[in-house]
Amino acid sequence: MSAIDPYLTLTEAAQGLRDGAFTATELARAQLGRIAAVDERVKAYVTVTRDEALADAARADEALARGDAGPLTGIPIAIKDLIVTKGVRTTCSSRMLENFVPVEDAGVMTRLREAGAVILGKTNMDEFAMGSSTEHSAFFPTANPWDLARVPGGSSGGSAAAVAAGEGIVSLGSDTGGSIRQPGSFCGCVGMKPTYGRVSRYGLIAFASSLDQIGPFARNVQDAATLLQAIAGWDPCDSTSANLPVPDFSAGWDRGVDGLRIAVPRELFAGADADVLEATQAAIDQLERLGATIDREQSLPSVAHALAAYYVLAPSEASANLARYDGVTYGYSYTEGASMWENMEQTRGRGFGDEVKRRIMLGTYALSAGYYDAYYKQAQRVRTLIRREFAQVFDRCDLIVTPTAPTVAFRQGAVTDPYQMYLNDVFTIPVNIAGLPAISVPCGAGEGGMPVGLHLIAKHWDESTLFRAAHAYEQSTDWHRRHPSL
Amino acid sequence: MPSSDAEPPAELTIEDVRHLATLARLGMTDAELEKFRGELASIIGHCDVLQRVDTEGVEPTNNGADLLNVVAVDAPRPPWPLREVLANAPNRRDDLFRVRAVLE
Repeated sequence: MSAIDPYLTLTEAAQGLRDGAFTATELARAQLGRIAAVDERVKAYVTVTRDEALADAARADEALARGDAGPLTGIPIAIKDLIVTKGVRTTCSSRMLENFVPVEDAGVMTRLREAGAVILGKTNMDEFAMGSSTEHSAFFPTANPWDLARVPGGSSGGSAAAVAAGEGIVSLGSDTGGSIRQPGSFCGCVGMKPTYGRVSRYGLIAFASSLDQIGPFARNVQDAATLLQAIAGWDPCDSTSANLPVPDFSAGWDRGVDGLRIAVPRELFAGADADVLEATQAAIDQLERLGATIDREQSLPSVAHALAAYYVLAPSEASANLARYDGVTYGYSYTEGASMWENMEQTRGRGFGDEVKRRIMLGTYALSAGYYDAYYKQAQRVRTLIRREFAQVFDRCDLIVTPTAPTVAFRQGAVTDPYQMYLNDVFTIPVNIAGLPAISVPCGAGEGGMPVGLHLIAKHWDESTLFRAAHAYEQSTDWHRRHPSL
Repeated sequence: MPSSDAEPPAELTIEDVRHLATLARLGMTDAELEKFRGELASIIGHCDVLQRVDTEGVEPTNNGADLLNVVAVDAPRPPWPLREVLANAPNRRDDLFRVRAVLE
C-alpha cells in the first residue's frame, strides 16, 4: 500500500479506484501514512480524522463495488478548519473555538459526503482567515513544503501545504482577499476562487460575508474543476448563493486559448518582484504562442484603491460577524470576572489573537459615528468604481492576467508590520471586491527555486473560460508536475 | 515586496483606542492599547487615500451578489438536537445556558 504515490492527481486516483488498482481504504491508509510521515514538519493539519476517514473509505469501497461511484468517490480531501463539520471540532485556528464541535455540516460538506469523498481532517489557517502567512494561527504556524523555513501563504495555508506535501489529493480553502490563490501560488499548486455566490457559504464561519467564497486547491486545473463541479450550486440555506444552473466547467477545453482575448492591465503588476515579473511575462508569452490575443491597452485605474477599500470593508463586516463570540452559547468563556461585562470583555480579549483584535477595532472605527460616511460608505462607492472598470475590460476581453502575489513565499517571521503583510494580497483583493472568479496556476520558479503563480481572472459566472485557459497554459508547461522533496 | 509608503499616522489617541475596545467589548491592557494605537493609526493612514477618490454621484455597492430581497421558503425544518447544541455551552444549568446577571 505504501506503493501508492502520494502525489496522485484526483483524475489518476479515481481511475485507480475504478480499475481496482487499489481500494479506497488502501488509498486512505496511504494518505494517512503520508500525513503521519511528514506532517510533524509541515504542520498542515489541526485535526486528522483518521477513524472518520477510514469509515468514509469503507463506504466508498461499497459504492465502488456496487458500481455506484462518482468522480469524488473515495478521494481523500483536506478541509480548511473554518468549514463546519458535524461532530468534528472546527476551530478557525482560534482559542475562541478550540473546543467547538458543530452540530451540523456546512453546505459543501453535505455535497462532499453525498459524492463519497474521504475527509482526512481539518487544516490550519490564519485565525478566522485573517492573514496571509498562516503565522496567525493560535496553535502553530504551517511550513511551506518547498522550504520549511518559509510560510505557505494564507489564510488557507494548511490546505495549500497539504496538497503540496502529498497529504491530501485535493483540499478546500476559503478566499476573502486572496486566501486561496496566494497560498496556491506560494505552495506551487492550483488555487481557485469561484464567482461570489457560486458555492454555498452555509456553514463557512463568516469573516467578511460580502467577500468570502469557498474554493478548491488541486495539483492541476482538471482536478480543481472536478472538485468545484461537486460543490457548486444553489443552496437555499445561503441567501447570497446564486440560483443559477451550474455549467459543465470542463466544456470547450479542446479549443485551448484559441480566440481568447486576454488583458494585461499595468496596474496589476506594480510592485511585483523581478523574479515574479519574469515568470509572469514568460507565461503571458506562452499564452500568446498558444493562440491567445494579448491586449496591453486595458486599464483599471481604481484598483489602486482596492487595498484601502478592502481594509475598510472586510474589517467592518468582521467586526459585526465576530460580535457573536460572547462566551455564552459556545466557544471560549472567561468566568472569573466581577460582572457580565467584564466576563465578555475578557472572553474576547483572551479568546482572540492580535490580528483578529486589530481588524475588529479597525472595523469598529470605520463603522462608528462620524467615520461611517468617510470610510465605510466611501469604500462601498470605490467598490462600485472597481466593479465598473472590471466590467468595461470584460466588454472587450475574456480574461485578465496578473501575477498572483508580488513575491514568492517569504521566510517565517520576515514580515512583522501588519500593513506590509496586507500588501501580499494587492493583486488578489480587487477580484473579491468585484466578486469575480479567478485562479492561480504554477508558472515558474523564483528566488530560491520557490513557486510562482499566474493569476487569471474571468467575468462573473464564467469559470469555464477561466479553467479552459488555465488548463491550456498548464498542459503546455511542466510547472504543475514539480513536487517538493520532503 | 512593494513599499508600504509610510504615510503620516492619522490622529488617534489612546482614549480613542480605549473607546473602540469598549465598543467592541475587547478587554485590553494599557500596553496592548498603546501597541494597537500605533498600528491602527498606520493602517487608517493608508486607508485615507479613499478620501481623495472622486465618487461624486457613485452609488455604493453593499453586497457581493447583486441580489435583492431573497426570501426563504417558509417551511419547518427539524431543529438541532438540544443535547448536541448544549454540549458546546461553556456554562449551563439543566437545558438552559447559564449567564451572569446583566443587572447586579
